[in-house]
Amino acid sequence: MHAIQLDDVVKEYQSHGEVVQAVKGVTLEIAEGEFFSLLGPSGCGKTTTMRMIAGFEEPSRGVVKLLGKDVTNVPPNKRDVNMVFQSYALFPHMNVWDNVAFGLKQRGVAQAEIRQRVTEMLEIVDLTGREKRRPREMSGGQQQRVALARALVNRPRALLLDEPLGALDLKLRQAMQIELKRIQREVGITFVYVTHDQNEALTMSDRIAVMNDGLVEQLAGPREIYERPATQFVAGFIGTSNLLAGTAAAGVLPIGGGRVLVPGQDGDVSVTVRPEKITIDTAEPNGQVSAVPGTVAEVVYLGTYNSYAVALADGAEVTVFQQNAHDSTTTAERGDSVWLSWQPQHSYVIGS
Amino acid sequence: MKGRLTPYLLALPSWLWLGIFLVVPLAAMASVSTTTGNNIDGFVQTFAFSNYTDALSRYSTQLARSFAYGAMATVAMLVIGYPVAYFIAFKGGARKSTYLFLLLLPFFVSFVLRTISWGFLLADDGILLGTLKGWGLLPAGFHVLATTFSVVAGLTYNWLPFMILPIYVALERVDPRVIEAAQDLYATRLAAFRRVVLPLSLPGVFAGVLMTFVPATADPVNAQILGGTSNTMIGNVIQTEYLTNLAYPSASALSFTLMAVLLVGIFIYAKALGTENVLEAAANR
Repeated sequence: MHAIQLDDVVKEYQSHGEVVQAVKGVTLEIAEGEFFSLLGPSGCGKTTTMRMIAGFEEPSRGVVKLLGKDVTNVPPNKRDVNMVFQSYALFPHMNVWDNVAFGLKQRGVAQAEIRQRVTEMLEIVDLTGREKRRPREMSGGQQQRVALARALVNRPRALLLDEPLGALDLKLRQAMQIELKRIQREVGITFVYVTHDQNEALTMSDRIAVMNDGLVEQLAGPREIYERPATQFVAGFIGTSNLLAGTAAAGVLPIGGGRVLVPGQDGDVSVTVRPEKITIDTAEPNGQVSAVPGTVAEVVYLGTYNSYAVALADGAEVTVFQQNAHDSTTTAERGDSVWLSWQPQHSYVIGS
Repeated sequence: MKGRLTPYLLALPSWLWLGIFLVVPLAAMASVSTTTGNNIDGFVQTFAFSNYTDALSRYSTQLARSFAYGAMATVAMLVIGYPVAYFIAFKGGARKSTYLFLLLLPFFVSFVLRTISWGFLLADDGILLGTLKGWGLLPAGFHVLATTFSVVAGLTYNWLPFMILPIYVALERVDPRVIEAAQDLYATRLAAFRRVVLPLSLPGVFAGVLMTFVPATADPVNAQILGGTSNTMIGNVIQTEYLTNLAYPSASALSFTLMAVLLVGIFIYAKALGTENVLEAAANR
């Protein structure tokens, strides 16, 4: 059975007399125990989608199911899901213990069991000994863990996380990503994670739904999303990507004096190539590869790799990453004429 | 050196202001309160502390009544004001500032004038009661003016904004997501209010009660205009003693007594229900 099912869910708002669709029909199924991410830029509808799962927003149309049960019109306090809010939304007048125990008290769980479960949960999030602290006396990372404990202690069917790491600095965020993944494995609860940070989504998720303008553009595992973006939007949003477009004939797309191999394609096509898949060379390559000539417009040293911006004859610019695996010398300098080449399987033909 | 003195220098005008217009008159009044004599022969300092006991025994009824009226009005303001503050803070939306403006609008008309208008409204044959009686909706003998009700109602009306504003400020600061978090953690709307919104608004309630109870207790205007002879408050007594009877020592002694009782009351109230304590109690309920 699916932990969460959304069936053609639509959310409309009235704004200045006009109907605005924040979510335009989202259908997805989230398996039990899955780490599922809703990824997209701000305003793409990901938070609204999550709030409909939590029960804070009622869908204008469509059905929300939790464990096969229709909960579309069930209020949040009667849903077996819990949420970790973006700014944690801890109760400022309660200490850590009372914050974490809140849900259990509301459900009328027996005192002894509350004591045991809260103790256990504080241990999991490494906050033992800080029960009497107030939220404002704690660091962002600690507050984050209180928020997590407050939700998880109820053993919900699914945990919803709304950009929970957004307020933390980079180092702490990376540490918490690993921490979150560990906790999820430990408790085995379905996690639905809303983020605009592609790295976060790629690092933690089993599956990702990339959202744009109220619709799911692609729903797949991290590797697939990265390697085979389904749409131009996904290609552009996830990582850096080069887009080459033109008219192909007999499986070859001519680009600026070169060729891109697109087996089986004819007519107008768009192709994406990841910058790290491209080899930069001064000589024209041989063999069954895509090869395009160009002029180096910029070279940027980025530590673990060099980034080249190469201008093609047709005016397009291609980004190329070159690993600094052996030495940090660059193959070409600004103004040099170069050849870019890549294996045919790294050209990915996408829909518009 | 200059840098360290700057804050004190900046505070100097307010210290001077308070010194000249508060401390000096208070000291003068304290001194007058223990004098004996009369208006014609002059008052002589005799350290007559009996002025206090005399004034108290003579006017204990009015003093007690003042506190009772003040307390009743404060409770009424809380009951009426809290929902108003809640409505403006959470349901006000884009009209918040309009509502706040409407709340303060009565202040554009003088306090005394507004109270006199209430007098007209509540008069036995006035606009309101007269009309209702004319329609036969009220018995002819029904009257409101010069009762406890009319005085407390007047006090409630006049100080209500001072109850609403601090509560509004406290509610306004409550993050709506905290309320959502409570609902997400299985709290019904009522439970979310009781366990989260109400405790978080208590500092505002605390401030509101202070800001209304003290002036309502000491107020002479409402009792004078809306009350009768049996509704006299301590403020009226002090006013009469000062301005009509010219009994300065007795009036000063009463003023100080009122002030002392209010200060002690506030101190106990703050000690017992200080912000931290209130929050702690609410959280551990």
